[in-house]
Amino acid sequence: MLLIHCPWCGDRDETEFHYGGQAHVDYPENTADVDDVAWSEYLFVRDNPRGLFHERWTHTAGCRRWFNVVRDTTTNEMHPETAGKVAP
Amino acid sequence: MAPPRPVLPEPPPRLWRNPDPKRHYEVVIVGSGGHGLATAYYLARNHGIRDVAVLERGWLAGGNMARNTTIIRSNYLFDESAALYNHALNLWEQLPAELEYDFLFSQRGVLNLAHTEQEVRDSRRRVFANQLNGVDAEWVEPAEIAQLCPILNVSSDTRYPVLGATLQRRGGIAKHDHVAWAFARRADELGVDLIQGCEVTGFETDGDRVTGVQTSLGPIGAGKVALAAAGRTTLLTDTLGLRLPLQSHPLQALVSELLEPVHPCVIMSNHVHVYCSQAHKGELVLGAGIDAYNGYGQRGSVHVIERQMAAALELFPIFARAHVIRTWAGTVDVTPDASPIIGATPFENLFLNCGWGTGGFKATPGVGWVYAHTIATGRPHPLNEPYGLDRFATGALIDEHGAAAVAH
Repeated sequence: MLLIHCPWCGDRDETEFHYGGQAHVDYPENTADVDDVAWSEYLFVRDNPRGLFHERWTHTAGCRRWFNVVRDTTTNEMHPETAGKVAP
Repeated sequence: MAPPRPVLPEPPPRLWRNPDPKRHYEVVIVGSGGHGLATAYYLARNHGIRDVAVLERGWLAGGNMARNTTIIRSNYLFDESAALYNHALNLWEQLPAELEYDFLFSQRGVLNLAHTEQEVRDSRRRVFANQLNGVDAEWVEPAEIAQLCPILNVSSDTRYPVLGATLQRRGGIAKHDHVAWAFARRADELGVDLIQGCEVTGFETDGDRVTGVQTSLGPIGAGKVALAAAGRTTLLTDTLGLRLPLQSHPLQALVSELLEPVHPCVIMSNHVHVYCSQAHKGELVLGAGIDAYNGYGQRGSVHVIERQMAAALELFPIFARAHVIRTWAGTVDVTPDASPIIGATPFENLFLNCGWGTGGFKATPGVGWVYAHTIATGRPHPLNEPYGLDRFATGALIDEHGAAAVAH
């Protein structure tokens, strides 16, 4: 089980959290001009890196707030985004 | 008296050659799991294409093929899925004779339990859908379930009582390693080069054509390249700038110590989420769903297997003192609609078979058949036509989440 650091509550077990997938996926601008392929990309396609990944978690069983982390998808080592970790 | 435990078949004295790769092949298949091997076999058998290499970064069938829970069934809700998986089931039944290799395909029946009134309605709907699609399916009540699987707790005083189940009698299990070896041996005999220890790291391209693959053993040219790399597919397509609707997740399973034969069928429960069968050798084989987060570490979280074991104990009180011997995880590639992607890519001679999520093993011969057709002819087989990458843009999804008789 992962030990996840909630920025507000501290270190808690993974079972208190819900996974939110990739971070920083913005809703399209000018939606009337977005074609089917671009909608498909927004709805269904995410990065799937082996290594560092910016992702979202929510502390469901705690403060219920969302936050972002950078996690290594091979080692599961997690860092706050503010620690300067960037995806390759 | 317990029935005697079946003896595993001895592998034949010679399985396959270990050739050095040639400089160029008509078709290069990336990944020698069950899907890659079945595809190579049917390319040679059905289409006469024998100038084929199957490249494997580790050892043959050492990835997810070696880690799966070996269940075979075709009781899928939607027409497209029922057709594909039932094609596979029809092939499974004839393959031991065709490949001259007894891989212990045991049609012991698959029961999918229903624990709530809504699940009863959904399950009965799936039975009707299966019957309309020519898939054998029955609805059975708890009294009959107790006869089919006497060790299952069907009493009404459990947290989630068993209210009924769907039964596919033709479903069952097969010995997964032997399945791979059976395909590998025949593919090898037909001239396919099975090359282990050869990791594909990227592609050689010329405009919108792929002209070969870059490997740890140097470049290998190819008329056509067919991916069958499961959870690692996006690591390869990323090198082409081709973005796919796939996320790779850990999927865990576990086995108990060896027990006398006590569990006569396959039990799956979507609601409490565990599935369990007893392997030929005697281990109880248990699986559940994927871990929520993406991961390539081939290990998951303890609480996932803790929950699946709790669910198994509620269903099978007899397992209370069985010891867990081994837990493990594979890396599975999950699509947004829980159905695979089989077909063309924007690169005219690069083909995709991926996104099988938690359920690729049961499809092995079926997908090999249609993928070989797609590669050989450049057009999808009618059975995999609905599974194109374009469905995510057209919206013609095959949404098997939950409907597929197991939660993903």
